[in-house]
Amino acid sequence: MNDPYLRRGLPAPVPMPDGLDAPFWAGLDEGRLLLQRCNACDGWQWGPEWCCHRCHSFDLRYEETLAEGVLYSHERVWHPVHPALQEQGPYVVVLVELPHAGGVRIVGNLLGDPLQPLTIGAPLAGVFEHHRDVDVPHTLLQWAAA
Amino acid sequence: MTERTLRGKVAVVGVAETEYYRWGKAPDPEFKLAIDAVLRACADAGIDPRDVDGFSSYSNDRSDASRLSAALGCHQLSFAAMQWGGGGGGGSGAVANAAAAIATGQAECVVVFRALAQGQFGRFGQGPRVKTVSGAAAHTLPYGLMSAAQMFAMKVNRFMHDHGVRQEALRAISLASYTHAQHNPRAVMYGRPLDADTYDASRWIVEPFHLFDCCQENDGAAAMVLVAAERARDFPHPPCYVLAAVSGSQHRSGAPVHNTPEYASSSFTTVAPRLYDMARLGPADVDVLQSYENFTGGVLMSIVEHGFCQPDEVNDFLTVDNLLAPSGRLPLNTSGGNLAECYMHGLGLNIEAVRQIRGHSTSPVPGAEVALVASGPMVTPVSSSIFGSEATL
Repeated sequence: MNDPYLRRGLPAPVPMPDGLDAPFWAGLDEGRLLLQRCNACDGWQWGPEWCCHRCHSFDLRYEETLAEGVLYSHERVWHPVHPALQEQGPYVVVLVELPHAGGVRIVGNLLGDPLQPLTIGAPLAGVFEHHRDVDVPHTLLQWAAA
Repeated sequence: MTERTLRGKVAVVGVAETEYYRWGKAPDPEFKLAIDAVLRACADAGIDPRDVDGFSSYSNDRSDASRLSAALGCHQLSFAAMQWGGGGGGGSGAVANAAAAIATGQAECVVVFRALAQGQFGRFGQGPRVKTVSGAAAHTLPYGLMSAAQMFAMKVNRFMHDHGVRQEALRAISLASYTHAQHNPRAVMYGRPLDADTYDASRWIVEPFHLFDCCQENDGAAAMVLVAAERARDFPHPPCYVLAAVSGSQHRSGAPVHNTPEYASSSFTTVAPRLYDMARLGPADVDVLQSYENFTGGVLMSIVEHGFCQPDEVNDFLTVDNLLAPSGRLPLNTSGGNLAECYMHGLGLNIEAVRQIRGHSTSPVPGAEVALVASGPMVTPVSSSIFGSEATL
């Protein structure tokens, strides 16, 4: 793979032991964005929960949605708080609103120049960043200007 | 039906803290610091520590109430409570729990305390050194979003964008804390003044937070002694009454992965109205504000959500002159607060509120009768309290 956005050595995400978010991570590995949706009221929700916060149904599914979003908020990080990031330099974390999934939000990095202008409301496209050749293989969902 | 309220039913009669240290500099372990703070607060109240029959804390304090009670030889333990939630969100919630216990006859003399030795147990400002992560953190930490500053900058950036807030508003909050700390010998930043140029030149931690927008990491402990209002005049210092203390947060504040609906918020939008209702007061009645600074942006939103100014007035309202004792429009964090006195998880702010009412602050607001404390913005639950002099009853 190409170099990941952030230096290697950060903790790798693994599914919750109770399995609640396992389909999400499995989806990312296949290059698909799967989020929770209620079979009873059709509402989307994220993060995952055991029941629908709107109608309290336990009948939830994971449904594929488009990895297209809008920049909801952002931050440029300068001070590293993890050894893996000591030589990283500034990086950008974004909160992305997903209009195709009821407006739920998801966290990722914004690819490209870390000093690029950050504009709330800007359209973003998802980029699946596969970490396959590591001890704990996983996939992150990153974002780029659309 | 009797009115359901804490207003005027409980008083703070003792307050104290250990010496405050930079993280890792305390000569004592955390539990010893906790004992020391409780003993000092009891001394301030002029009571025998063995008469303490309750303990109330927050943020998963490690100093177990039963162990404290045993270590101090207390005659009995009547009440032991821990407020849910992390950060400093429980600072006033722990006061509320203690006051509720006393007001309902569950306990007679409850100590609210917080002990925190980051040197002994790990710094709050560092990310976790683990190989894998699961749960809500798995959806943020691998993206380099792992410290409190990083969690909250995202909210503050959105708020600043929505309301056109300038960096100078954050700077004013920081400068107010550092200015007040120069009068407070207890403050870790005593003798280390800050000016606007130094603030502007300081490094970014995470935008919009410069170094001086961020709380310290400290070691120490602090404690307050609460009793029923009927007894409040029997102690050495002027009584300071709890006029209100409430906790909580708005609809789905705890929605994971930054999905809380009211995102750009300090979480006080439902808490503050309940606070004022209980106190039968409004923002115009508040003489001095202690507002928890994990980061200055949280203070900014707390000030708005407690009704001291409208969101679009922030740039005009948050000036250094407005925030300084003795004569600013809203003297803020008059001990130096978490930024410049000590990050004792905000309990120092409650203590400073009491000192203002007593007239014992090192940056006194003349004639202060009503002091408000906003604890732990942006987490859930948060909490707020209002303390008042006898004249406010």
